[in-house]
Amino acid sequence: MAKHHVTTTVNGDEVEFLCDTHDTLLDVLRNELELTGTKEGCSSGDCGACSVTMDGRLVCACLVLGVEAQGARVDTIEGMARGEELHPLQEKFLEHAALQCGICTPGILVAAKALLERNPDPTETEVRYWLAGNLCRCTGYDKIVRAVMDTAADMRGA
Amino acid sequence: MQERVKDALARDFKYVGTRPVRPDGIDKVTGRARFGADFNMPGQIHGAVLRSPHPHARIKSIDASKALALKGVKAVVTGDDFEEQVSDFVPAGEMMVNYKDIVRNVMAREKALYEGHAVAAVAAINGRIAKQALKLIEVEYEVLPHVQDVIEAMADDAPLLHDYIFTMGLDETPSTPSNIAKRVEFGHGDLDAGFAAADHIVERVFDTREVHQGYIEPHACVANVAEDGQAELWCTTQGPWTVRAHCARLLGMDTSKIRVTASEIGGGFGGKTVVYLEPVALALSKKTGKPVKMVMSREDCFKATGPTSGTQITVKIGIKEDGRITAADALLKYNAGAFQGSPVGPGAMCAFAPYDLEHVRTVGFDVLSNRPKTAAYRAPGGPAAEFAVESVIDELARKIGMDPIAFRLKNAAREGTQSSYGPKFGAIGLTETLEAAEASDHYKAPLGPNQGRGIASGFWFNIGGETSVSLVLNEDGTLTLMAGTPDIGGLRASLTMMAAEELGIDIKDIRVLIGDTAVLGYNFLTGGSRATFSSGMATVEAARDIIREASARAAQLWELPEDAVVWEQGAARPAGPNAGDHEPMTLAQIARVAGKTGGPIVGYSRLSAQGAAPSFGTHIADVEVDPETGRATVLRYTVIQDAGRAIHPAYVEGQFQGGAVQGIGWAFNEEYIYGEDGRLQNAGFLDYRVPVASDVPMIDTVIVEVPNPAHPYGVKGVGETPIVPPMAALAAAMHDATGIRFTQLPMSPPRVLAALDEARAAGTAKI
Repeated sequence: MAKHHVTTTVNGDEVEFLCDTHDTLLDVLRNELELTGTKEGCSSGDCGACSVTMDGRLVCACLVLGVEAQGARVDTIEGMARGEELHPLQEKFLEHAALQCGICTPGILVAAKALLERNPDPTETEVRYWLAGNLCRCTGYDKIVRAVMDTAADMRGA
Repeated sequence: MQERVKDALARDFKYVGTRPVRPDGIDKVTGRARFGADFNMPGQIHGAVLRSPHPHARIKSIDASKALALKGVKAVVTGDDFEEQVSDFVPAGEMMVNYKDIVRNVMAREKALYEGHAVAAVAAINGRIAKQALKLIEVEYEVLPHVQDVIEAMADDAPLLHDYIFTMGLDETPSTPSNIAKRVEFGHGDLDAGFAAADHIVERVFDTREVHQGYIEPHACVANVAEDGQAELWCTTQGPWTVRAHCARLLGMDTSKIRVTASEIGGGFGGKTVVYLEPVALALSKKTGKPVKMVMSREDCFKATGPTSGTQITVKIGIKEDGRITAADALLKYNAGAFQGSPVGPGAMCAFAPYDLEHVRTVGFDVLSNRPKTAAYRAPGGPAAEFAVESVIDELARKIGMDPIAFRLKNAAREGTQSSYGPKFGAIGLTETLEAAEASDHYKAPLGPNQGRGIASGFWFNIGGETSVSLVLNEDGTLTLMAGTPDIGGLRASLTMMAAEELGIDIKDIRVLIGDTAVLGYNFLTGGSRATFSSGMATVEAARDIIREASARAAQLWELPEDAVVWEQGAARPAGPNAGDHEPMTLAQIARVAGKTGGPIVGYSRLSAQGAAPSFGTHIADVEVDPETGRATVLRYTVIQDAGRAIHPAYVEGQFQGGAVQGIGWAFNEEYIYGEDGRLQNAGFLDYRVPVASDVPMIDTVIVEVPNPAHPYGVKGVGETPIVPPMAALAAAMHDATGIRFTQLPMSPPRVLAALDEARAAGTAKI
């Protein structure tokens, strides 16, 4: 069967790709567009390692088909820093040592950014429930939650 | 809340004990870091594995002709493509592995021994065709009766997994094969006399289930074998050198022909110390002449890679009225899965390690069953053993109305104590962790209704071993540090800090890399909590190499004997006024003239790190139990552990916190659930539920520092001990809240509710 031609915007750039009907957005990002910062941990929407935003909505890229990206705006971890300037969340994750192996980090950063865009002053409980779809097996979440809260406080002050 | 109990010997360090940003941090927060599945080679094709649907079946024939006829399929491999191996034990982490088993686990030969056991693999031009081809491979199975329970598997009439396993460790090796691979025994003293002297004895039986390491990154690799047999292998692993050794052996290749590069590793916890896909990808690449990429699915990770053992453990401890232990005995039965090598040995050695005992014995059995072969999992064998022992300790303390910390202090192992497994302890910090627990706010805080508090201690051996590190002085005075133990949680940061501390230079002047197997001497894997200890020791040695050589170059220029030059604050200086009036020479100045004074300056250290010291920890846990649903919520949790000396305290805290939360998952949720058909029913993160952020509170930490005298910076391994105490601490807290002594893990809501119903009927429930 012929592949589908899809035009979409990824991290602000218009891109085109060809994909099979069953290819997920995760397959497309990693294999066609070579944006491997979005990780595959389960392919079933349970781990959140492939978190990206589509038209501003937080999704698991493994649960979205590549063809659904037609005309959409997709934002991934690769688009989070602006040139040499890291996003405040990225800065705080480094400062707080909120990562160990780092495999879940891109997904958690994308998810946390989506949280702070909706809720600039989240409680600890709100942070924990918002990030409940992102598994981290290394940190026990403590430093991740602190980094997100600290970023929120800084960004409110800024 | 994070606290540190400082050691008295601490001098003023510039970097050690501080919290700089890790050198690999930017890569990991921007998506740049390349993990196992993020690497591709030009012209690569894709491999996929056909797995047994049966828990136990004889493989009568495999016909791959239809698969090979499918357009785009390049090759199929089966067990015949790997070299048959003799029975031979080699070290792997804290455990031994046997190549006769490894070759069979990588690809089934005579029999499929568990659901998910690899029976064939295919390589095709893309992953979709590879998966289609798997369906065209015809395997004729003779389905055999299976056994999965550790006790049932030990029965004389149980279905037998292997005809080549005869129980080791008995006085006389039996003449008939058995599912009991090994018996181990440790201890000293006279148990009968010890129990005869006891005023109180408690004996209980505990059950724990298989739990998975649950690394978020699935296994992945790319293999490329050239026509002349030169091979490169990129993979996610804790030990590129051990991968190389295993692959060379299984494929009959020279070690020098295989160059293994470890990717960034997305969690391992022991589960990435062994090989699964790597030899298969090499075999497929060899057959096709193309690079072959393979990535495991999450379902396959659960079904076919190492969980740790389910266990049944009996513990019997006797005490005097004053709380002194008179005798301690444990019988440990560990489910190894389909091949020998459960962590029952270390479990048996760990069980009573926190105590100073006159009469003690542990006996363990390594038991085969139709489950995936277990692999190392963070302090392998320790958590189940100490769950059982610490639960009985808690019960005894309460029985005589003694505070559980006071009880432990009365019996605690100290420097000079003969451990239950043989050696005498050196500078250990168990009592310091207990005293810190006693002094903590947490231990004194009031509890509300339906709430309970528990405490437990734990221990892990920690290891050293073969290590190689290079440190190159570049032309401009900066340095390139290369270690061979993959960095899973901040290793690069701690190595850079130790090197900078030693050299007296800025950490920004050192770039640190993890080298591949072709550029350094042998490195044993990142495991056994050895990486910061061993690679740190080698890094310090390599830095001292640089100091010696740089000082010698300065001496040469100053026309002084070498002993008239000292290294201070990052520069060579005349040792005293007699040595003349020379301006100090920095590394940059020495590097600039290195070509004229003898050539490149390189530090290199290769050693077998000795003196790894055990790390003890004590955990305090508060839970609240919902009387209607049986769900337990962890309200507050504190980890107190001896780190020797924390090089980068944030990453030490991270190990404490991560281990505690893995333990919380083990205690309340995680377990392998098999059906009567021998098939795993929860092979995914939805049904095998690891803790999520909303399940847990902040994890408070107290770093106790009793420096390890054998390490230049006092380091003790810290990674594994934190998963040892949680299950017992939480079970004690559950008892405090409910009045029920839970002896089975996990303490999941249905199990807690059933126990509550039973206790309410008996009138013993507190809620």
